[in-house]
Amino acid sequence: MTDTEPDGEYAQRDDEEAVSLFGITFPNDGTMLLALLLTTYALYMIAGFVIGFPVRGLVNQLGQLTFWIALFAMSALALNLQWGYTGLFNIGIVGFMATGVYVTAILSKPVYGTGTSAAQVGGLGLPLSVGIVGGVLAAGLLGFLAALPALRLRADYLAIVTIALSEIVRFALLSNTLSEGTVGGYTLGLGGGNGLILDFTDPLEALIRALSLPFDLVTGQDGFLWTEIYIGIIVNGISVFTPGNPKSVIDTFAYAAVLLLILGGFYVLLRRTGNSPFGRVLKAIREDEDVTNALGKNTNQFKIKSFVVGCALMGLIGILWFGTQGSVTPNTFRPRITFYIWIALIIGGAGSNTGSVMGGAIFAAFLFQGPRYAKNVIETVLGEPSAPSSFAQAVAPILSADIVPFFLYTVDNMRQLQLVLMGVVLIVLMHRRPDGLLGHRKEIASSVPLDRPASNKSLASDGGETDE
Amino acid sequence: MSEAESRSEPAHTGTDEELETNRGTADVNEIPLWVRNLRKTFGGITAVDDAGFEVERGTMTGLIGPNGAGKSTTFNCITGVHTPDSGVVEFNGTDITGLEPYEVANRGLVRTFQIARELSEMTVLENMLVAPKNQRGEKLWRSVLAREDVNQQEYELVERAWETLDFFDIDHLAEEYAGNLSGGQRKLLELARALLTDPDMLLLDEPFAGVNPTLEERLLEHIHDLRDQGYTFLIVEHDMDLIMQNCSKVIVMHQGNILTEGTPDQVRNNEQVIEAYLGGEV
Repeated sequence: MTDTEPDGEYAQRDDEEAVSLFGITFPNDGTMLLALLLTTYALYMIAGFVIGFPVRGLVNQLGQLTFWIALFAMSALALNLQWGYTGLFNIGIVGFMATGVYVTAILSKPVYGTGTSAAQVGGLGLPLSVGIVGGVLAAGLLGFLAALPALRLRADYLAIVTIALSEIVRFALLSNTLSEGTVGGYTLGLGGGNGLILDFTDPLEALIRALSLPFDLVTGQDGFLWTEIYIGIIVNGISVFTPGNPKSVIDTFAYAAVLLLILGGFYVLLRRTGNSPFGRVLKAIREDEDVTNALGKNTNQFKIKSFVVGCALMGLIGILWFGTQGSVTPNTFRPRITFYIWIALIIGGAGSNTGSVMGGAIFAAFLFQGPRYAKNVIETVLGEPSAPSSFAQAVAPILSADIVPFFLYTVDNMRQLQLVLMGVVLIVLMHRRPDGLLGHRKEIASSVPLDRPASNKSLASDGGETDE
Repeated sequence: MSEAESRSEPAHTGTDEELETNRGTADVNEIPLWVRNLRKTFGGITAVDDAGFEVERGTMTGLIGPNGAGKSTTFNCITGVHTPDSGVVEFNGTDITGLEPYEVANRGLVRTFQIARELSEMTVLENMLVAPKNQRGEKLWRSVLAREDVNQQEYELVERAWETLDFFDIDHLAEEYAGNLSGGQRKLLELARALLTDPDMLLLDEPFAGVNPTLEERLLEHIHDLRDQGYTFLIVEHDMDLIMQNCSKVIVMHQGNILTEGTPDQVRNNEQVIEAYLGGEV
């Protein structure tokens, strides 16, 4: 890296550039993210403590918060590759998630008749790792199929194709015809409207057991890390201090931590993708595809790569998200989830990877989980009050200056109001900060700093007249 | 402009070996671009009708004609934006008819656009760095896994980009968003960017439209410099005087046909040209 020009005309620009948000300046992206997360957790804990939320519930809430932050940040990152970098308008995200988790289910559910839920259709009984790889590949493949015809068309047609595809996926999952059948001796199916019971090994347990393999060789025990360390020491150890079995809470926390690690992996992967000649071509396609093509880049190939990678990541997110829920039903995968992820990306700022993570975190903490948490806290404090059942009953007492029923009604309908809140935030954001929190920022698409090379500088300061 | 000369090896090294092509007499080393019987219709309208011409290496050739003469369509047929209904476009001895624009560009025939199309939300340097061909880091896996390999080439490309910006005297704008540039600066950027693809020949679509006289002078100077270095230019232009003063050969199109071609003097005195192009006023 060279010095800046004497007159300071060329500012240095690298990853450690100071960033400011909400009027506060941070030395770099990492500290800003950390500050944001710490503030969020502090707010949650203060709210919980002040109102007197039970500790166990609070801890569980924080674990869930982490789960949602990681998931939405990952989703926003994957969408950012498609929309922020390449300008591909994917509004069928949820379809790729559904594909991921359903394919994983089919591959990894126990064979028919051997599982815990004998009445249900079975799977192929493959290890969960194989199932996850299969699910990710299937989501990528679906993305490829969607991209092939659609990428030749204008951006809005891709949008139509993707949302249609996500609905096709959902209706296929609902279909009676596909709900059960026998393929090559296996009783398989998508389960129709009843969905599928995900009776494969819990992902967390599967992961810890996989990590345990080297220890198993040494100790000669099966799943040493899981049975001895995780259950034997951690869970049993903590249960000494708490009434009741803490395993579910610890599981939530451990799984959330795993998700944070995977989020880190996503970030590194997508940052490297973005800050490279590959990412540069993607950005160029977003700006003007014809020009990029005229400069000798096979734009279709770049677009397909970007789209397929994004879709495969979305498939993985689907598996991580729904794979721990015990069961899946097709109607979970409504377009609403797709739009949540879009909101997260818009908050953070399309085109910025750090912004995507922040947008995901802010969306998860304050728009998605926040209102539910508030409802939870308030209802706990008030001792599960009975709210009025209709709007009229809620509003009428206001005339006699009694706002309690209206308040309770509002709290009771938090899940619906959440959408209103999201809408309001979007409108304010569009008005005040259309680029999102970090979208205005320059994230230069290059793997090296773009400062003027030292050998070249003398030429410039002499007006380019001297020879080298 | 010494730095541009030291930038890379000369654009062209004439080889003595004769390339056999189906064009018969013409020598590839002298005639890089060769268009025959080009025809393109849109619905019922024939935009280009049996057009054919040659462009000599190391020259500036002008393509002029009144509105609707088929200049832009010819341009688009050559660069792969349109596929001609019939006819042949040969570049450096290979048939490039109907290839995709990126394939044409990768063969060394690079175009600029009538309205300068910068990549506005990218910096000038990023704009430049999109252009170089066969970048290692354009492979996704390499960008993610083999950063050292990619970085090494990136440093070279950054240096070349700065040198080219120096040559065009827009290095002070390097870190500006391209969208903030003035119309003339965008034209310079577009030409600079096209050069970074290592082209043999440049097709400029109205490079002087909307450019102020001072910048026009500079742009012309650069083009002349580049031509002296061995680059070949085909320029579509509205401004007849500009073409007449700067090009060694002028091709006149009218109603999809090649009306005539020759030196500026020959064209200027051609009755048909005066009639068609100037509406008989002169």
